[in-house]
Amino acid sequence: MADEALFLLLHNEMVSGVYKSAEQGEVENGRCITKLENMGFRVGQGLIERFTKDTARFKDELDIMKFICKDFWTTVFKKQIDNLRTNHQGIYVLQDNKFRLLTQMSAGKQYLEHASKYLAFTCGLIRGGLSNLGIKSIVTAEVSSMPACKFQLMR
Amino acid sequence: MGSQWLFTLTYGALVTQLCKDYENDEDVNKQLDKMGYNIGVRLIEDFLARSNVGRCHDFRETADVIAKVAFKMYLGITPSITNWSPAGDEFSLILENNPLVDFVELPDNHSSLIYSNLLCGVLRGALEMVQMAVEAKFVQDTLKGDGVTEIRMRFIRRIEDNLPAGEE
Repeated sequence: MADEALFLLLHNEMVSGVYKSAEQGEVENGRCITKLENMGFRVGQGLIERFTKDTARFKDELDIMKFICKDFWTTVFKKQIDNLRTNHQGIYVLQDNKFRLLTQMSAGKQYLEHASKYLAFTCGLIRGGLSNLGIKSIVTAEVSSMPACKFQLMR
Repeated sequence: MGSQWLFTLTYGALVTQLCKDYENDEDVNKQLDKMGYNIGVRLIEDFLARSNVGRCHDFRETADVIAKVAFKMYLGITPSITNWSPAGDEFSLILENNPLVDFVELPDNHSSLIYSNLLCGVLRGALEMVQMAVEAKFVQDTLKGDGVTEIRMRFIRRIEDNLPAGEE
C-alpha cells in the first residue's frame, strides 16, 4: 500500500533524526528510546479515539487484547498479530513473525542491537492505545530473529 | 482510512516533539524540510515502481504527475494546478484540504511554524532524484486562516550530473 511506504519512511526518518541529534552513550540511548516511545504513545491514543467511536464496549481485558491483536494491528500494520499468549494475571506476549517495521532491515545478527530503536515507537503505540481503553501498562519488545519480534505487556 | 490516520497522527507527534526540541519555529521548519528531503529521495523509488509513469518532458507534465498521481497515491488528494508563470517555470498546487492538518490547531506562540513543511522537502528530494532542482514553499495555509493551502513550485534547473542520493 502506497501510504504505508510513506509511513515507513517517516518512521525511519524519525528514528534517524532522534539519534542524529543525540550523543553517544547509554543515557542518551535511553532518552532517544523514550522520545520515540512517547511519540508512539500519543499516536496510539489518537488512533484508539478514532477507531472505537463506533465499536461496542469490550467485554473484558482479554477482549481488548484481542482487539489490539486483530483490528488494531491490521489497521496499523496490515496484518494480525500471529500469536497472543497470556498468564491470565496481567502479562501478555504479542508475537509478530513478520513485523512491518523490521522487514526492510537485514536479517543479520549485527542489526539486532539497533532493532530496539525501531520498536520503541510501536511499544508506545500499544501503550497509548491501551491507555485510552483504560488499561495502564508497560510495554517492551524484543527481537529474537528478524523480522520476528515479541511485544511484552505488563499490567 | 486507518493508515491515513496513522501517518497524520505520527506526523503530528513528530511536529510536537520538534517544537519541544528546537527553540524557534524557523529551526523546526528547517528540520521538517531536511527530513522531508531524506524521505523524498527514497520515496521517488517507491513512486516510480508503483506508478509506471514515464519520463516527464517538461515542467507541465511534471506538475500533472505530482498532482494527479503522486499526491493521490500517497495522501489521497488531488491538488489543482494553477498560476503558471509566463515562462512555465513556476506553478501552484492548491490543496482544498490538507490531510496532514486534520484535527490540528496551531497554538498562538507558533505563528511562524510551517506545519506541513515536510511536504516541501519531500517534493524537493524526490524531484532532485529525477534530475530536477526545484524550490517548493507554502504561500497559503489553512492552518493560518487562509482559505486554501497553496504550495508554490519553482523550477530552478536541470541537474546534469548523476549525483548519488543525497542526505542532509
